[in-house]
Amino acid sequence: MELATPLADAEVLRLRRDFPALNQQVHGRDLVYLDSGATSQKPVSVLDAERSFYEHENSAVHRGAHTLAANATELFENARATVARFVGARENEIVWTSNATEGLNLIAYGMSNASLGRGGADAARFVLTEGDEILTTEGEHHANLVPWQELAARTGATLRHIPVADDGTLRMDEAERLITGRTKLVTFTHVSNVTGVLNPVDDLVRMARAVGALVVLDACQSAPHRVLDLAALDVDFAVFSGHKMLAPTGIGVLYGRAELLDALPPFLTGGSMITTVTLEASGYLPAPQRFEAGTQKVSQAIALAAAVDYLSSVGMDRIERWESELGARLVGGFSAIPGVRVLGPGTGVHRAGLVSVDVDGVHAHDVGQFLDDRGIAVRVGHHCAQPLHRRFGVTASTRASAYLYNTTADVDAAIDALAGVRAFFGASS
Amino acid sequence: MSGDLAGLYQQVILDHSREKHGFGLAPTADASSHQLNPTCGDELTLQLHATDGVIGSVTWEGAGCSISMASASLLHDLAPGLTYDEARERIALFRELMQSRGAGVEDEDELLGDAIVLEGVSKYVARVKCAMLAWVALEADLAQLDAAH
Repeated sequence: MELATPLADAEVLRLRRDFPALNQQVHGRDLVYLDSGATSQKPVSVLDAERSFYEHENSAVHRGAHTLAANATELFENARATVARFVGARENEIVWTSNATEGLNLIAYGMSNASLGRGGADAARFVLTEGDEILTTEGEHHANLVPWQELAARTGATLRHIPVADDGTLRMDEAERLITGRTKLVTFTHVSNVTGVLNPVDDLVRMARAVGALVVLDACQSAPHRVLDLAALDVDFAVFSGHKMLAPTGIGVLYGRAELLDALPPFLTGGSMITTVTLEASGYLPAPQRFEAGTQKVSQAIALAAAVDYLSSVGMDRIERWESELGARLVGGFSAIPGVRVLGPGTGVHRAGLVSVDVDGVHAHDVGQFLDDRGIAVRVGHHCAQPLHRRFGVTASTRASAYLYNTTADVDAAIDALAGVRAFFGASS
Repeated sequence: MSGDLAGLYQQVILDHSREKHGFGLAPTADASSHQLNPTCGDELTLQLHATDGVIGSVTWEGAGCSISMASASLLHDLAPGLTYDEARERIALFRELMQSRGAGVEDEDELLGDAIVLEGVSKYVARVKCAMLAWVALEADLAQLDAAH
């Protein structure tokens, strides 16, 4: 297969004109935005899509016979089809959520409800009981850890984790040992939001399949940045958030294999997700509607589809290759600075376009403040991954994360600024 | 470097963040409190040693950014000799200073001593919690002594 041509600086600078927020100064310097791992900036086409909906079609979806309602419903469902195509899924396998966190809670509470006997025989595969095990990893975002801690506490199941090696990769020897007949669910991130490591989805899916465990993939740091084919990856569920992929906040996606979504008991219940309602009991629609109770995030879903169209028009394969180059440049530059330690894989290892570092003798908040003074936006703190930071022996780190609108000059500005941090704070000795 | 950054990280602050006056916990204390800033993981334990309603000293240990460490160090220098009420008054004034968004407060020089070098923090809303950490700990210590009476 021929490799796609990655983006290049000249083209990126043209793309950047589509992002109004990137065209501003911070502390008298041109903004260098390297915090897309936290949230991305939005192109005009996405802003326009949301505004246009409110100017023209705004009305309630899935109800009402009037023209606006029909048009709104069509846009809403077309958005679902667009997102489904983008990740290699079918339309009825895409559930709108508020964000990835809600998607993970939806799965956890669905299983919780199944464990209480809801959903009948169809839901038996989701039932957890004492002796069952949920397997996550040491490298997860809190969103893919805390809901499983709670699920374990509610059901009596045991939560285990695959440890992370010194280089940030998963200890696959430990995974082999930990995935057993007791394992009912294996959940892990596709790409680490701290180290940029790409986890071996194929191997973990194969191990989970061998024992009949369900597989959940946190795709928050992969869906925005890489070609993603969830059906080909053969995971059971996956989640990601719109705001990290050029879309507004308030919209996220849960993917689930159709037969699983139709068997999983609902999480939020109420209007729009029912068939027949009596005063005593109710029947539920098939997926995705059974998980979409109440008024939906209509303008946000439409804007997410516009974001996906934007990404697709640039080409996810090209974005992926460009960010890989930026990631390599970041890790090379950061690693060469005395007193700077890269968390996770060093130079020469294939990685996503994000790098977190610990600066010897300078706290991450001070690093971030120093960079901000030069107009450079990075993330500081534990990035919602305290256990992973503890694994690396730090409480906080500084993360630079790139996206399709970043140039090599952005990366070089961050490297140059980081090189000045220890001297400023007197940590050179 | 912008003027703002120089205002935030004055040399006195950088010196205190390294020297950490009062760092190291005593085996016993009249009151002790542990404070955590969950957004960044900064942690600090601050002990109060007092005699007859007057602060003798504060000792502390913690890990965090230069602002939180310098602030604890400056508080260590300020606290000895203050009555509980005087300490509360200064904590209230320091909080007001931190919330002043760069405007400052009256009587700050007289009452807060060297701790006024932290005034620049008030322009950075995200960093106010860092500067407040030790002062909140002292406030909690004083509340413990009140509760004991």
